[in-house]
Amino acid sequence: MTLLSLKSMQTNIDQYAVLHDVTLDIPEGGVFVLLGRNGAGKTTTLRSIMGLWKPSPGSVHFRGRDISGLHTAEIARLGIAFVPENMGIFGGLTVQENLVLATANGSFDQDRLERIWRLFPALETFWTKAAWSLSGGQKQMLAVARAIIEPRELILIDEPTKGLAPSIVDAMAEAFREISNNTTILLVEQNFEFARALGRDMAVIDDGRIAHTGTMSNFVADKDLQDSLLSLSA
Amino acid sequence: MDQLRMTLERFGGVNLLPVAVAAVAFVLIGAPSSWVTLTVAGLAMGMMIFLMASGLSLVFGLMDVLNFGHSAFVSFGAFVAASVLGWLAGWLGSDSVVLNAAALFAAFTAAILFGLAAGWFFETVIIKPVYHDHLRQILITMGALIVAEQIILAIWGGTPMNVPRPGFLEGSIIIGDVAIEIYRAFAFLLGLIVYVALFATLNRTRIGLLIRAGVENREMVEALGFRIDRLFVGVFMVGSALAALGGAMWAGYETLITPALGAELMIVVFIVVIIGGLGSIEGTLLGAILVGLVANYVGFLAPKLALASNMILMMAILLWRPNGLRPAVR
Repeated sequence: MTLLSLKSMQTNIDQYAVLHDVTLDIPEGGVFVLLGRNGAGKTTTLRSIMGLWKPSPGSVHFRGRDISGLHTAEIARLGIAFVPENMGIFGGLTVQENLVLATANGSFDQDRLERIWRLFPALETFWTKAAWSLSGGQKQMLAVARAIIEPRELILIDEPTKGLAPSIVDAMAEAFREISNNTTILLVEQNFEFARALGRDMAVIDDGRIAHTGTMSNFVADKDLQDSLLSLSA
Repeated sequence: MDQLRMTLERFGGVNLLPVAVAAVAFVLIGAPSSWVTLTVAGLAMGMMIFLMASGLSLVFGLMDVLNFGHSAFVSFGAFVAASVLGWLAGWLGSDSVVLNAAALFAAFTAAILFGLAAGWFFETVIIKPVYHDHLRQILITMGALIVAEQIILAIWGGTPMNVPRPGFLEGSIIIGDVAIEIYRAFAFLLGLIVYVALFATLNRTRIGLLIRAGVENREMVEALGFRIDRLFVGVFMVGSALAALGGAMWAGYETLITPALGAELMIVVFIVVIIGGLGSIEGTLLGAILVGLVANYVGFLAPKLALASNMILMMAILLWRPNGLRPAVR
């Protein structure tokens, strides 16, 4: 079943058209990976879904409902969380405050909180520390934890492994596997090894257009396709 | 050097600056009674400037809006309060402290209500259309300040207006050979109460958490499901009301006000916001107290440098800390 549909989406930033006629269906469940070179339009796609940039023309449908005219806050309240490339954590707030802000009513569901501490033990350790004092990996953990502190239907995650140490990347992959058991993840990633280990379905975006869609296993098996779309061998 | 810095940080870091300034001034002034009088005057002035500047700092930090019209609320607050005090002159002249206080309360309430309403109008009609465009923000808010000044001229006239003070705030408290003006002590206390209320709101409530988060990254606050534009209207209204309250306090402090009051104070208010660090209430308080103390000490020690002292202070601090003393965003 399709959870999210992008229909002929075009997004302009100032006078530049960044996305051209992007059409994509994200099925419910698992990790859907959006791959592409630098500047291909991956981040713009996520921001357009989130309403941070408005697609025009074109539309975004979530569970069949057109959400392209909605305010970002309303889109978030439908159960869509966003983990931006720069993590978007609030450095002046503590770990606890960052998480409490993401709850619906200002209080924690104990089960969900314990799940977060199990996935990311460092967050419990630094619970009352200001978020700016965390390491890069811990900040990324906080950003992901904030996305799952409430039940969500879809999480948009933009390049979560960028600049992280290999051990943190492994921990992040493990966490994403667990999260994707009950939440759909749309993952934008340049780290192909990380993406192939997690993705069930995938698409490649190139120059603002969807260049390929299919299953990750087929894409992994087709070296020529990988080379032509991602220049992996370059 | 690092050891010294860490020790200073442990004892308060930049928060010690006013103490350091006061200590240097104590040595330079020599006479303890003059030093105490100037220090109290500086603290009172700083607290009144804090009232005027705190809203601007939050608006600047939260929505990246350069509101040069902010001081119009200061002017209107001063004139509205002065008018109410004028109408209630009978209460002010009474021997009853209750009637005195009621007149003052009515004047402050009128200024605050005016600030809230004017803030809502200003944000909705003037600021909203120019979000994300600094040049247009500067032009339109400067224009609004000039229009506000002309409206004050039209309503209250160009003659300087006398501001009566309630009897219970007249005079001084004499301790030894030190005279502390009661109005200044009152201004300091009121500013302190407002600071504590703002601090508690920002640090102990969910609204405060949202404001602090919004100052850092408003886009992310929206992505968490909150309408920051609606929050901003509230912050703008409260900021305007505080500016009006600051204006009302300033009117009683000066006892003679003109329509140019807001424009004259605008530079000081911006200096405080910049040296304190954008979006930070603690920074604004620190900046305001520094400006108040330095203005009074320099005015006594080197009167010819008094006007330049705030600018010199701002330049020195920005060279040392380009983002201000205590910016909200690290």
